[in-house]
Amino acid sequence: MSEEHAHIVQYKTFAIVWIGLLILTGLTVAVAQYNLGAMNIWVALGIATLKSGLVIAFFMHMKYESRLFQLSLFAALAILAIFIGLNFFDVLYR
Amino acid sequence: MSDVRTTPTSDRGFFDEGQYPGIFAWLLSTDHKRIGLLYFWCIIAFFCVGATLGLLLRLELFAPGETIMSAQTYNATFTLHGVIMIFLFIIPGIPAAFGNLIMPIQIGARDVAFPKLNLFSWYLYITGAILAVTSLFTGGGPPDTGWTFYVPFSAQTSTNVSLAAVAVFILGFSSILTGLNFVTTIHRLRTEGMTWMRIPLFTWSLYATAWIQILATPVIGITVALLFAERVIGTGLFDPAQGGDPIMFQHLFWIYSHPAVYIMILPGMGVVSDIIPVFSRKPCFGYKAIVVSSLAIAFAGSLVWAHHMYTSGMSDMAVLVFSFLTFIVAIPSAIKVFNWLATLYEGSILLDPPLLYALSFILLFTIGGLTGLVLGAAAADVHVHDTYFVVGHFHFVMFGGTGMAFFAAMHYWLPKIYGRMYDKTIATVAWAIMVIGFLILYISMKIVGMQGMPRRYYDYVPEFTSLNQLATVGSWILAVGLVLMFANIFRGIFKGDPVGDNPWGGASLEWQIPSPPPMENFGEEDPVVTHGPYDFTKAGIL
Repeated sequence: MSEEHAHIVQYKTFAIVWIGLLILTGLTVAVAQYNLGAMNIWVALGIATLKSGLVIAFFMHMKYESRLFQLSLFAALAILAIFIGLNFFDVLYR
Repeated sequence: MSDVRTTPTSDRGFFDEGQYPGIFAWLLSTDHKRIGLLYFWCIIAFFCVGATLGLLLRLELFAPGETIMSAQTYNATFTLHGVIMIFLFIIPGIPAAFGNLIMPIQIGARDVAFPKLNLFSWYLYITGAILAVTSLFTGGGPPDTGWTFYVPFSAQTSTNVSLAAVAVFILGFSSILTGLNFVTTIHRLRTEGMTWMRIPLFTWSLYATAWIQILATPVIGITVALLFAERVIGTGLFDPAQGGDPIMFQHLFWIYSHPAVYIMILPGMGVVSDIIPVFSRKPCFGYKAIVVSSLAIAFAGSLVWAHHMYTSGMSDMAVLVFSFLTFIVAIPSAIKVFNWLATLYEGSILLDPPLLYALSFILLFTIGGLTGLVLGAAAADVHVHDTYFVVGHFHFVMFGGTGMAFFAAMHYWLPKIYGRMYDKTIATVAWAIMVIGFLILYISMKIVGMQGMPRRYYDYVPEFTSLNQLATVGSWILAVGLVLMFANIFRGIFKGDPVGDNPWGGASLEWQIPSPPPMENFGEEDPVVTHGPYDFTKAGIL
């Protein structure tokens, strides 16, 4: 991000995101107590995705970047999700 | 393109404008052309080593039983042949050498976006290459796993797989950084008037390739890092006895290594897409379709990796899905082939060496692609999996495709870079010898594979002898063609007749500047582009 476009994020925003991350961490621990069968991995990865999404959007300032950067990163993450998804798809049907 | 002719500061262009004295003008240069040539010469050197190993393998297989080497040496030799050819020649071949040399000029830039990172990428490449060579002489001896490093064997063998894995890890970083550099360059450094739909197809193919390099290469880094951990600290991730899954290794390996096939072939397709319009004197047929098909191949090609694993024990459902996805990739590949043929149709064809090499690309790649469909169909693949049919198939695609495209690029662009022309008659003769040798060598492999000869085997039953001997003779003919071609090219570089700015009559930007190009490619002012890369009428060529 160039100097003139620097975006100052309020401490309050960071604090809210941080609390959100803590709650999601708690949720990860909580759902680990239950056996959801094949859904175990999807729930765990779903929560992890949400958490990394918050970190990328706020702490790494992607929310305030240009559409091109957002699209590039989204494409990369979508491909990664497909890689992981097709892998688990194989394991699921073995 | 518009008037961009600049007066060279000397007849030898950027060769006379090094920032540092002597060898440091090369080793410390951040000029994309010098870095491109550093890559080019290293890649040529590794190709010669890899080809020599291939010839030795064929010589060993000339007769059943031991011919010239022991079984262990044979295993190490085919591993090394694969590692050198894949990681040190084909993957960096066209993008790192010709991408660096030509791409910035094609979009009207003075250099890539991150010149220092570009030089760093070359040093990573050299470091990886040195480590790969070191792994032969240290530890437990040369790796004998094949270039695929499959577990459980690679986790257990006493040979020096760990160092080879580190080498692949480092080479991967070189590839990722080059990809990042190219994506940024193509987005940010296009000159005025160089709209997305005026970008030459070679640069478009590099753009699609760069995205695969960025997205898929980290996975091979993870894979070899896990293999390293498996060997050194026994993590057990791939060991069923410890709850691991050996098929997971194959998934991880091919998540990179199949898209890597497209890292290899897409730039080759870009070279052919640039050459055919110039030597047909016609605009490229279906420019937009070729652009879209490059991106479609990059995307769809990333989703088909498990077609290497039909017999690995993965689920039948996954086999069906990956087989279906594999057939989808055939569509954009065929779109390109039909567009090239349509460009040639009714063109004013000039049968110069670059076009001959490009035409042999189309023939050999199409044969390789169609035999790929035999392998993509799960039912047929089960029968020919791990036979010489597969070896024949991928040599048709990789050598007949990317290799021929690399040679086409050499004959097309080296006169621009060095400002001198090779002997076209010798280039044509060398091409003919190579194609004949190539067909004898690899068609024999396909037939003997169909008959059931497994790949990577040191010995074979006497029934396979005649076809193996035919293949070996083919390898000798191919070698003669290669030696003739390289000798002619090198002689041309140093002693050939000077060429003008535009020896082939191209309309893209690299043909509008002096040969060799000056230091920053263009003069005081950046070029302004007013027409497409294949608009020969507006460029004043026709």
